[in-house]
Order: sequence, then structure tokens, then C-alpha cells
Amino acid sequence: MTTISSPLRATAPAPPPPSPPRPHHSRRRTPRQWLRDGGLSTLIIACPMILVFGVFSWFPIGRALVMSVQETNLVTAPAFVGLDNFVFVLQDPLLGKAVTNTLWFALLALVFGYPLPLAAAVLMSEVRRMRGLFSALAYLPVVVPPVVAVLLWKFFYDPSDTGVFNTIAGWVGLGPYPWLQDATSAMPSLVLEATWAAAGGTVIIYLAALVGVRTELYEAAEVDGAGVWRKIWHVTLPQLRGVLFITLILQVIGTAQVFLEPFLFTGGGPNNATLTVLMLIYDYAFGSSLGGNYGAATALSLMLAGVLAVLSAVYFRVTRPWSS
Amino acid sequence: MKSAQKRAAIALVGVLSVAGTLTACGSSEEPAAEPTGPVTIEVAIDAGLEPEAIAAFEERVLQFEKMNPDIQVATKEFTWSGTTFAAELAGGTLPDVFPIPFTDGRALIEREQIADISDLVAELPYADQFNPTIAEAGQDADGGIWAVPISAYNQGLHYNRTLFEEAGLDPDNPPATWDEVRAAAQAIADETGQAGYAHMTQSNTGGWILTTETYALGGRIVEGEGEEATATVDNDATVQALEMLQEMRWEDDSMGASFLYDWSTINQDFAAGKIGMYVSGGANYPNLFTQNQMNPDEYGVTVLPLEGDDAGTLGGGTLAAVSSAASEAEQAAAVKWIDFYYISKLTDQEAAVAEAEIAARTDQPVGAPALPIFDQATYEQQQSWIKDFVNVPLENFQPMTEQMFDQPVIPEPAVATQDVYAALDPVVQAVLTDKDADIDALLADAQTQIQGLLDRS
Repeated sequence: MTTISSPLRATAPAPPPPSPPRPHHSRRRTPRQWLRDGGLSTLIIACPMILVFGVFSWFPIGRALVMSVQETNLVTAPAFVGLDNFVFVLQDPLLGKAVTNTLWFALLALVFGYPLPLAAAVLMSEVRRMRGLFSALAYLPVVVPPVVAVLLWKFFYDPSDTGVFNTIAGWVGLGPYPWLQDATSAMPSLVLEATWAAAGGTVIIYLAALVGVRTELYEAAEVDGAGVWRKIWHVTLPQLRGVLFITLILQVIGTAQVFLEPFLFTGGGPNNATLTVLMLIYDYAFGSSLGGNYGAATALSLMLAGVLAVLSAVYFRVTRPWSS
Repeated sequence: MKSAQKRAAIALVGVLSVAGTLTACGSSEEPAAEPTGPVTIEVAIDAGLEPEAIAAFEERVLQFEKMNPDIQVATKEFTWSGTTFAAELAGGTLPDVFPIPFTDGRALIEREQIADISDLVAELPYADQFNPTIAEAGQDADGGIWAVPISAYNQGLHYNRTLFEEAGLDPDNPPATWDEVRAAAQAIADETGQAGYAHMTQSNTGGWILTTETYALGGRIVEGEGEEATATVDNDATVQALEMLQEMRWEDDSMGASFLYDWSTINQDFAAGKIGMYVSGGANYPNLFTQNQMNPDEYGVTVLPLEGDDAGTLGGGTLAAVSSAASEAEQAAAVKWIDFYYISKLTDQEAAVAEAEIAARTDQPVGAPALPIFDQATYEQQQSWIKDFVNVPLENFQPMTEQMFDQPVIPEPAVATQDVYAALDPVVQAVLTDKDADIDALLADAQTQIQGLLDRS
């Protein structure tokens, strides 16, 4: 490392002079000072964004907080029920099942879905020709609308021996497999499709990050006699760790909120084998045509948000020393 | 830190201001003023209809507008769905006139979530002629009709005549006992490679069909009404029904490979010739024909085999309701539309013939038998009026029509119906996807869950 950085330092231009100290502003500014400093224009510029966020993000969150302590069908007047909705959710025997299933999905997605884009990105970064084509192919599933992708894969997962995957399995004397129609194989089947659908986006992020890794580091590693795997282990991965930490927490948050796949593929079945926390929230709210249990749905939503917020805070605190 | 708190406080005030503004907007909504001139109503039209069916509907709209110059009719695609109805109701996006299943009628009336049109309905000449068992689904505690019954069904065993023939079975002599159903399913699976008997399992339909099978074997899922409603899921008939499914699935292998069907997907596969038999509403034919392009010659339907004491066929139907947001003038126009579009074709010869003539001309099914919402005589009279336009293969319906009036019709569970069905979905799914499923344990869990639902309701 030092063998590379020393000559670079020797040829680097002189650092710019330190910027002059900024004028001291008192903590309390008068409205006139605020106006003179451009406060009004700042507010005007920010206004549309505040309005959009307020209407579409903060207001629903506020409403959810209120609804979680109410019993309401959204038509007649709501009634205040205190923490009853939270108690109901915590006593629901399906909650444990939903949490277990969600964790199972998250684990499978982590084991199979997390390293795959990284490996693909590293391999693609090593390719000298047609890298653009490979990038486009990797990103293609992201472009396919999610519902279309699920319908396509539903076709692939046809459990009869004429289904696409079962036909392929039949060529090597395997199957037919029930895929989505069996409690054991349903969740891995969902993870497979979800990984296919989401990997492209992460591959592009990793490829962009890989461009930022200085080639001198690889050259130095080569001089030190490192092979491909040691270069990846000692140069690539440490240089990507910031991005890796971010994609990891995003993946954990994303998988904790998995809904589309179980909803469209299996409806939470068979026998609740793919019932996730978000599916349970959906069932509370919309499982009954007569109004659903919106209070329980918002209560569980808030609990999920709370758990994810705590998880994220702990994660960032724990990984802070390694992130930079 | 103080600065951060201040910024947070300002942000909070901003959010609350926006929320307050929105709440104010919401709460300042007044009932629509009574229109003095022409009134426009929005009426539901089934989603996903073929162009011919849409053309037939629009022709009926034009006829109505000609008869009622002060009423304009706008159409809106709407098909009731258990998972979206509540949101549409709460969001105010339902049309002024919309269909709902019998299962939702009483609860919506009790909560006043649909308009009280009972006075307007009472003025209709046939208001007191509805079959009392059927009218009950749309009545309040005092007998006022808030939602008008427009169609009724008894559950039937639908079967594919072509697959029957390929399996060496006689399509004119369909199964009359559950043992015969099982034997026919096995023959179809063995001879054709298609599912002999398929079962719905998703979106509350698994519970719906399991309840049907339970009724047919003399059991009940819920006993009593109101506060006295008691779950009786772990009864012998339900156990018998599930054991039969278990044997057909795991011993006979006669139920195919798909076990995540709902009403829509099972109709698709049945119309595509992938299913030999399945249980569903006896009046499924229009959906199979208009939305799934089934070949009419392949279609057959019969009554469910009834076995055991107190066995009956589950009956349900559809009500026409009016949005609670409709003004008085719109409610009056809506009732006129319900009378014109849904009912007059059953009670008035001229209207019946006009409707049948349009339907036949636009290649829509005419004369598909259904359970009458009035009495058998009115039903048979209506069938005689339109006999020249009948274009469905009535002989294929004969196993059903010859017996359906003799079968006792048992209404669906009166309390938390959809929730009860939803709780039974996983039971059916478990039996069909897990070879070692413990039926007694599954029913014991369902019993506890459903009793909890009934207690909360």
C-alpha cells in the first residue's frame, strides 16, 4: 500500500489554502435576518417537497398511529380501544407463523440472493468484451414489471409434468416437483424468483462501486504475488465494504417487508407456509369484505416498522467502525 | 441539539398542518345537494366481459335512458371481490348500484354502509313476492329490503362431458353419491391424465366449498345466529369430507397437481378442459361461457349428492345495493335501474323477451337455469317467455334442473361468513398438500379460531 501511495503523494498538487473562517451567526436569528439570508426562497423551494411528503408519507404514518388505537371500518365513526389492537396481534397464533416464515424468507434470500449479485458483478468487471451486454442482461429482470414476472414464473412453476421447470427436470430424470403447491418447496421457490427479479439492480450498484476501486491496488497486489481470489478477498471486498453494508441492510429491510411474491404466487399458502408479516397485515385489513381489522393491521405495521428501525440503528452502530 | 429539536418541531408542525388541512377537507364533506334537474347514476358492469356482452349491456342502458329521460346512466367495471370490496367501500369508489353476495348483506345493513332504499323497494309491485329465505339476505331486522336479491344459486357439481366420455363414463348419468364422485374422478384421472376432481382452496373459497361438502353430508360449520352463534367445525360430516379429499388426493391421485385454486382460476382450468369435476355455484355457466370461452357442448352440471340426515345444498346469491353516498334522487334512479335491469326480466314478459332478444343477438347465454328468487311458478313462466331465444344446451343442465327444486337449500353461515371461510382455507390446503395432515388437529385449531371470530363479531 505504502509503495503506491508514496509516489502519488510526491506528485500530487499542493493542497488548497484553508478556507477563511465563516462569519459567526448567532443561534437566534431575527425574521429579518432569516429573510436576508434567503430563508424565504429556501422555504418556497422546499414547499412542494414538504407538501408531497406530507400528503403521501407523513400523513398516512400519522393516520396509522391513530388507527392503531382505534376500532374502525373507515365508514362509521371509529372507537378508541387503547392498546387492544396490539394485544390482539400479539395473541394471534398466526403471528408466530408469519414471523418465522418472514425470517425464513430473509435467510434464504440472504444466503442465495446476497452473494449472487456480488459474484456476478465481480465476474462481469473482469470481462474485457461485451460488458455492456452482460450488464443489460443482468438488469433485464428489473425492467420486467413485477406482476408480469410473477405470472411468468407461475407458468414456469406449473406443477404438472408439462410445466416448464418440470419438463427441464424431466430431461435429467427428475421430478415432477410440486414447487408452489407444497409447504416445503413453496418458500424457496418464491426466493428463487425474488432473487432473479432483484439481483440486476444490485449488480449495477456493485459494478458502479467496482469502477471506483483504484487499479493501483490490484497492481500492487499482483506485484505482491496475489492470485485472483486473494485480490478479491484483500482488495475488492474491503473496497466495497461500505456499499456491501448498505445493500445488506436494504436487503434485510426489503425481505422483512416481502409481500408481492407470496401474495401473487400462493396467497400465503399452502397451509400458511408462505404467510409473511406483510401478508398478515394485508389479511387483517382486507381479508374480510366487511371492513377488515384496520386497527390490527396498522398496529402490526407499526410494530414491524419499530423492529426494523431498531435493527437498522443497531446495525449501523455495530458496523460503523468497518464502514469507512 | 436544540437546533435539531427545533427543526423537528417545525417539521412536526408542518406535518400536523397538512394533516389538519386534509382532515378538515375530509370532515367538511356535506351530503350531496338534491339535484333539481336530470340525475346521473353510475352502475356496475362485470369486469372482463367480451365486446358482445358489453354491447348488450350498453343497449340495455340506452333502453333505460329512453324510458327515463331524466336519468343518465354511466357504467363502471366492478366485480365483487372479498379482498378489495372493503377498501372500495371505504374509499367511496363503488358505483351507485353494485352487486354484493348474500353473505355481506346483513352486516352492511346493520352498519348502515349501504343506502336504505326499503321505502322505494316497497313500492315495487313484486316487493312482497320474493322467496322469503332469499329475501332475508337483504333485509334489516324489521323486514325492510335494503338490498334487492337479483340472483340466487345452489351449489352444483360441474363436470366436463368430454372428459367423462373419454373416461368411459356416461355424461347423461353423472355421479349421484360421493362414492360415485370418487370413482368417476379416478376414472377421469386414469384415462385422460387430467384432474378428476378439483377443489378451490384460496381467497376464502376453500372454506366455501368445504362448507358446501359439509352441508351435503349433513353437517354444519356454525350453529345458531347472532350472539348465540357457535362454531361446530369439528363435526363428523366435515371430517368425512376431508377424509374423502385426503383419499382422493393421496390414495387415488385423482385431484391433479394444482391445489391453490380460487374461483377465477378453477373456472379457467375447467373451461380449458383440465378438470373433470368441481363444486361451485350452480349458476356458473355464464362466467364459463362469456369470460372463459368454454365450449357449451362440453359442459354438464348436476346437483350435489346429499347423504346423511339433515343434508342440504348450500345456497347463496347476489344482492343489488345502492351506495350510501347516493342522494335521494340518485337512490330513486338506482332503484329504477335495479327494477329495469335485474328484476323486470324475471317478472315482465315484454322485458324478459327484450332482454333475451338482445342477449341472444349478441351471442350471450340465454336460459341458463338458476335458483329462482321468487317462486318456482314465476321462474318457469319466465323460462317459457324466453324459450325462443334460449341458446344454452338445456339438456346438459337436466341432471341439475330435474332435481334442484327437491333439494333443501341451506343458507351460508350468518355471522362473519367470509372470515369463517378464510379460517378453513388452510385446512383444505393442508389436506391437499401434506400427506400426513392430521385432520382432527387441523379442525380443532380451526374450531378455536372460528369460535374466536364469532365471539368478536
